Amino acid sequence: MSAIGFTDARIMLRRNIRHAMRYPMIAYLIALPVVFLLLFVYVFGGTMGAGLPTSGTDSYLQYVVPGVLLLTVAGGVTGPAISVAQDLSEGIITRFRTMNIARSAVLGGHVLGNLIQLLLATVAVTLIAVLMGFRAPAGPWGWLGAAALLALVSYALCWLGVAFGVYARGVESASNLPMPIMILPLLGSGFVPTESMPSWMQWFADHQPFTPFIETLRSLLFGTPVGSNAWLSLAWIVVIGVGGWLWARRLYERKPLRTA
Amino acid sequence: MTSAIAIHALRKSFGTDVVLDGIDLDVAAGTVYALLGPNGAGKTTTVHILSTLLAPDSGEVRIAGHDVVREPAAVRAAIGLTGQFSAVDGLLTGEENLQLMADLRHLGRSEGRRRVAELLERFDLVDAARKPLATYSGGMRRRLDLAMTLVARPQIVFLDEPTTGLDPRSRAEMWRVVRELAAAGTTILLTTQYLDEADELAGRIAVLDHGVIVAEGTPAELKRLVPGGRIRLEFDDPTVLRAAAVALGSGEPDDETLALEVASDGSLASLRDVMDRLDRDGVEARSLTIHTPDLDDVFFALTGHDVDAREGVAS
Repeated sequence: MSAIGFTDARIMLRRNIRHAMRYPMIAYLIALPVVFLLLFVYVFGGTMGAGLPTSGTDSYLQYVVPGVLLLTVAGGVTGPAISVAQDLSEGIITRFRTMNIARSAVLGGHVLGNLIQLLLATVAVTLIAVLMGFRAPAGPWGWLGAAALLALVSYALCWLGVAFGVYARGVESASNLPMPIMILPLLGSGFVPTESMPSWMQWFADHQPFTPFIETLRSLLFGTPVGSNAWLSLAWIVVIGVGGWLWARRLYERKPLRTA
Repeated sequence: MTSAIAIHALRKSFGTDVVLDGIDLDVAAGTVYALLGPNGAGKTTTVHILSTLLAPDSGEVRIAGHDVVREPAAVRAAIGLTGQFSAVDGLLTGEENLQLMADLRHLGRSEGRRRVAELLERFDLVDAARKPLATYSGGMRRRLDLAMTLVARPQIVFLDEPTTGLDPRSRAEMWRVVRELAAAGTTILLTTQYLDEADELAGRIAVLDHGVIVAEGTPAELKRLVPGGRIRLEFDDPTVLRAAAVALGSGEPDDETLALEVASDGSLASLRDVMDRLDRDGVEARSLTIHTPDLDDVFFALTGHDVDAREGVAS
């Protein structure tokens, strides 16, 4: 990216952060996973924990936190989808397109602005989990790896969210489109081991991207061997991120102008 | 004389809808040019192509000497567009919107601040500068929109129906701004549905219909193509209508509407003449209206059909 391109992206980022400060969506990003965490640990935890090798509410807490963190990240698809759709409905994007601005700056600004909020939300949810008694035996490298994984998944999902935002016909549909993505962490190994599911569901759970994400995160945090899940996760990150980026860019170039 | 805007054989279709069917147009630098036509004539499409938002199907378009297809960046650096729909950031304040434009045009910190303050002052937005746009009226949004276009002092400004939907006061204000810009040497291309607006602001006018330019010239030249105005009289019953037709010796009485129209150049003398003739024969008219030539008349004269008959044409 040229120097001008970098400057433009920074200006757009500042604009998106200003939007975020004025209309804080970050509260929703934190609230939903925290409600799930409380619900699953304190309401279902006793029963759900019974199905684990070491039963009990506390061991279920240790089991469910990686899933809840991925749930947080998945919720982040909505942010860029809404912010981009809002821009497109405002007509300001039409103005940007008549200006000599680096092409990548507009969508890039949305990705970065939402990514920052999402990472802050993930840190907040992690802190709440720790307050509830979550203890991961991982050393600094394990935590660093976990942070890197969450950041990469977040970045990829933000591009997908931007693509949803450009694809959507309005702000409302932009906030509904990411729904399937937000449900995916629940249909993986985040809340119960996939072996406990009916076989067709287990097949789906084992082959969708969030299961390797969750398993890799769990291994990094608990110091168990990561195995093939790491490569699988990286592959999914590239597929989602590059796919979202290409889709978003293509749609953005072709998006008909707002006329009425 | 150099051309700020040069268009040759421009064509554009959306699917089977031919929106622009071979447009030629030349706008000299530093002049105000009006593109006059009803909804669906192709005005907005033309402006979108000139401002690099849409690609033409064929033809050549040069803005400030740069080709819109091959050198869009150079074109974008020279132009500003204020469209029909407000292109402002609704989540920022007026001042932040202007500052965003100054930043994106890389004006530099102190120059940017100065320019923002200057435009807030000029567009009467100082009091509202730090308020969110949700509190702005329609006229204020439109003023901010235009101010944002002018932050970088573009050489060429496109105004797409700049006064549509504005109240008379905001409209007069918009006209004042256009005149100021023109006086400062900015080239302006504006689109409008109103003949009086084109007449008031533009040095030259092109009349667009069905994607074709049907007439081009100075306002005076165009008005010469249009028959003069007329006086319309309405009466209480057919007998009086007939008596009036005899008294005036011209016009076709319409029995259904009980109305009679006679040609008039809009002068007091012609009005007095009509009233004198009616008085002399003791004919009472129920009402009298004076029509000056409007877009409908220009259209009818140039194309032989009404503006209204053109619904359903893609814009």
